[in-house]
Parts: sequence; C-alpha cells; structure tokens
Amino acid sequence: MGQKTVAETIKEITRKHLEENNGLLLGESISAVGWVNNTVPNCKGIVELPMTDVAGAGIAVGTALVNRRPIFVIRFQDFLILNGSPLIFFAAKIKELHGKCAPIFVRAIGAEGLGPVHSGVLHSIFMHFPGFRVCSPMTPAEYIEAWEDFIKHDDPMICSEHRTSYLNTAEMKNVLKKNADVTLYAISSARFEAIKAAELLEKEGIISNIVHIMWLKPFKITNGMTKPLHQSKLGLVIDSGYEIAGASRSIAYELNQATGCCVKALGLFDRTKCLCPELQNKTPDANRICETVKNMING
Amino acid sequence: MRSSNFGIIPNISKSFETGLLLDIFRRICFSRYFDLGLINAANEKLVTSMVYLSLGQESISAALSKAIPEYLIFAQHRCHDTYLSFGGNPEKLRDELLCLPSGSSKGRAGSNCLQCFENNVSMFGHHGLIGENVPLGVGAALGSGKPVVCIFGDGAAEEDYVFSAMGFAVTHKLPVLFVCEDNNLSILTTVEVRRSWSVTNVAKALGMPGIDITDDPWTIYKKTQELKNNLPAFINIYTCRARWHVGTGIDNPPEWDRFKIVKDELNGLGLSDQIAKIEEEAKTSMEKLWDKKLLQKLSKK
Repeated sequence: MGQKTVAETIKEITRKHLEENNGLLLGESISAVGWVNNTVPNCKGIVELPMTDVAGAGIAVGTALVNRRPIFVIRFQDFLILNGSPLIFFAAKIKELHGKCAPIFVRAIGAEGLGPVHSGVLHSIFMHFPGFRVCSPMTPAEYIEAWEDFIKHDDPMICSEHRTSYLNTAEMKNVLKKNADVTLYAISSARFEAIKAAELLEKEGIISNIVHIMWLKPFKITNGMTKPLHQSKLGLVIDSGYEIAGASRSIAYELNQATGCCVKALGLFDRTKCLCPELQNKTPDANRICETVKNMING
Repeated sequence: MRSSNFGIIPNISKSFETGLLLDIFRRICFSRYFDLGLINAANEKLVTSMVYLSLGQESISAALSKAIPEYLIFAQHRCHDTYLSFGGNPEKLRDELLCLPSGSSKGRAGSNCLQCFENNVSMFGHHGLIGENVPLGVGAALGSGKPVVCIFGDGAAEEDYVFSAMGFAVTHKLPVLFVCEDNNLSILTTVEVRRSWSVTNVAKALGMPGIDITDDPWTIYKKTQELKNNLPAFINIYTCRARWHVGTGIDNPPEWDRFKIVKDELNGLGLSDQIAKIEEEAKTSMEKLWDKKLLQKLSKK
C-alpha cells in the first residue's frame, strides 16, 4: 500500500478520535453523498446537525465545553461567516476570560471555482481574533502535525483545508537554491501553484526559493524563513485568500520587519468571486505569480 | 395575559414544608440585598464597571436553585441572582465587579459574564451575546448527558439560533430545561412592539412541553419539579426588572413587586418572625460585603 492521501489521513485521524477517544464529529449533511469528499468515516460519534449554522456552531462549542474535543466540519469556508459567532465570541475568548477551554477542531474546507458562496478561503479572519490556533495543512504529515497540536493544546483550532490537497500524497519541503532571485512564501492551495511558478521562472533564468507556510497563527518567524530571504533580498507571500487585510499581507509585513528585505503580498483581487471562469478570482496561479515576480525584479 | 398572578397555582405555598419556603425566601433576600448594596456602591462610584441587576427578578433563580440544584447552568447576562442562588461566593462576585484578581473570573469578565465552578455549582460564563448560552447549553447536554438549564430573556428568545437549538434538543431528546425570564423588555422596547407571537407556542410547536407562568417562586418550584421529568421543556416566566437594562437607574415602577407579594404570603402563613430574621441577616451580611471602607481598601480608592 502506498502513501496515504490527505483525505485518507483525515479519515483515519477522525475514525481513531471517534472510536477510541470518545470524540465527536458534528456538521451538516455529513453522511450525504461522498461523506465530505471521503474524509469522514461511517462510525459512531457523528452528529448530523440541522441546517442551522449559528446554533450548530454553538452546539459544537457546547460539546467542547464538556471535553468531547469535537471535530466541527464546515463544508465550505464561506459558511464560517455564519458559524463564526460562537467560535469567535465564545470558544476563542473563554480561556482569557474565565480560565476555561473549548477545544474544538474546525475543519474549514476551501474550494475553487464553485461560485460566490462555495469558493472562499477565510482563514485570515480567524487570524485576526485572539484565542485561535490557525493552520493550513496541505500534506498528510502536516495534517497529522495539525491534529497532534490540537490534542496537545486546549485552544480552538481553525484548520483551513483545501479540496485541492485531498488527493495529495506528497510532502512539500522547502526549496532553497544558491543565488536565488526571490523567495516565494506560499500558503494553502497557493503552494501547489508556487511550485509550478518556480519551474516556469527557472526556464526564464529566474531562480526561486520556496518556503511552505502551514502555521498561520501562532506565526513564528524562523531561520528557515529569514535565511533564504536575506540571500534573495526579495520575497513574495502568496495566499488563496483575499489580499487586503489578509494572511499574505500580514506575513509579508512580519517578514519585512524581521529582515528589512522587500516582501510583497499576493492574494485574491478585491472583488467578489463569480461563477464564470473569467471572474472566478481564483488562487493566484503560476502565471500570475510569475508576472508578479518579474515585476518585482524589474522594479 | 401578563400579570402578577398569571398561572399561579392557588395556595400552593401551603403545600410546602416551612423549611423549603424559608430557604427560597432566604435566597431571594440574599440576591436582593446583594444588588441593593451594589447600587449604593455604584452610585458612590466605588463600582465603575457596567452592572446588570437582577433586582425584581430574583424569585426565579431562588426557586430554580432549589428544584434543580445539580444542573449545569448556562445563564444569561442578567445573572447575579443565578450565581448567588445556586451557591456562588458573593465575595467573588463583588470582586469580579470591582475588576479584582480575586473575582469569579479574576476580574476579567464582569457582571454579564459570570461563571462559578465551586460548591458543586457548574455555571458556565456568558459572553454577552444574548441567547448564545442556549446552543452552548444544548451542546453541553449532548456531550455530557447531564441535565442543563438554559436561562435567557424574552429578547434573547427571539434569536434564531435559540429556536434552532431548542429544536435540536427535541430531536435528540436532550435533558435541557429552557427558562425564559420574561420581563417584557429588550432594553426598553416591549414584547408587543417586537413581535406578535409567543415563544411558548413556538416551544410547543417544536414538540416540547411549554408553559407560561408568573414569577411566584412556589409555582416555579412546583412546575419545575413536574417538567424535569419530561425534558426538554420550556417555561416562560413573567417577571419585572426593577432597574435599568444596564446600570442602577429606574425607568418606571415595576408592574408588580414580587418581593412584597412573597412576604405578604409568608406573613399570612404565620412566618413573620422567621422571615424578618432572614431578611435582617441578609441585609446585614450584604452591608458588610459592600462596606464603603472595605471597598475603598479593596479598590485602593
């Protein structure tokens, strides 16, 4: 048997949590066609919520208060706008206000090209509020790391998944090259595009480092992030979410402050995602990344 | 429909043991004199945080705390009486309002966010969004299997997520008692201005028992005892908020004075001496708790 996919990894973690750890999984239409892209096992501990997003999130947080460490599935991240209230105003605040905890693992699933209310990547919103841990794993090992971190801590976790990653079996290591012209810092599904972009840029004689970013909050600047930037002098942070007030700009700022190097951000344009292909406002693709890098190099 | 005697079971107090009657009265006094002391302290600027007084509504939690003392509690923003009646430490509550580290949440949360996890009380802190405690309480019942009481106001009852959570409790047959402290006011906007429908009817339509009563503590106790065997269930309790939504001021005289009605009834039962003693004890202990010099020392003013 070969390496597990991200989807298989999620399913295995979930099964173990529900069957061996008295865990719960709550969400809407969990058992509907495909069991959430084949990431949820058919086993005990699954609670089908009615189509009631705000109350559903509150109920899930309530189970966290009594130590069931629920997995809360948000089939499309756009729905976090409704589900966010109990997460932001209660789960994330309870530790600092009351010294208690509400450890809930929110599987927030991102997607692409599905129109205005099913294609969002909203992890930046949750980076904004204190009390959350926020990550965006794109590989099997990263997903395990995210889960183990959740079990180790007692904070609510926003796990910003992306459907693009579900069939991925490969780990994604940082790519560091001698005499690189730019360092690409990539988040979420933009990581897959950053790899393609680096290949395209190399054909044009532009050498790129690639640093993969999984942890968005807490975000810690490491030598692994700053060393290639000190060498390349130029950095670009690429994210699948909106650029304005988003993860890409926030992290670009942090890297700039830490190194003094020029670091730019690249995310979604400031316009609504639409259904028709030309207006989908998708994750920056390899071509857009390449154009941005060339503009940076050419001043 | 809304009145001081709506749904009261006539002469029900006569069927209770004296000890129960007096204990409920003691809890009423305790909450009442806590808030009266707080009013003085706030008016003297010794308490400067926002305060949500229970004054006028305290008979509800006094009765509930005797009927369902072991329940997990998910209370609303107006919860001094819930905290005190179920067994919370009054000094910790005072200190919470003074923003002191010795407060119930180390002075970080305040009047509308009280929690208590001592003296066999499990009261989860509210964070100020009205009605948020209802889905949280339902989730806690689902996750723990333990009985839960969710206490909220007539305004919170209008939040869509409150209905949804109540419906979920019915679907999963969860042991949750939903209690609406219906003071007829959302800040100062009355129920009739806000809606034309009854929360009790909605609860019934969802498939749970639902009743409307007024804040007579003996009726509340009796009805709670009955409904706790048939959860989830809903009780709408007409009551009167004696002071502002937030703060110590008075808008209008309350429609009725439950405290006086209760005392009259107990006097009629020949318990005048006992209740006078209980009231005096509560008054004295709360005067000590809210002593001006003590407060100045605690808050270093």
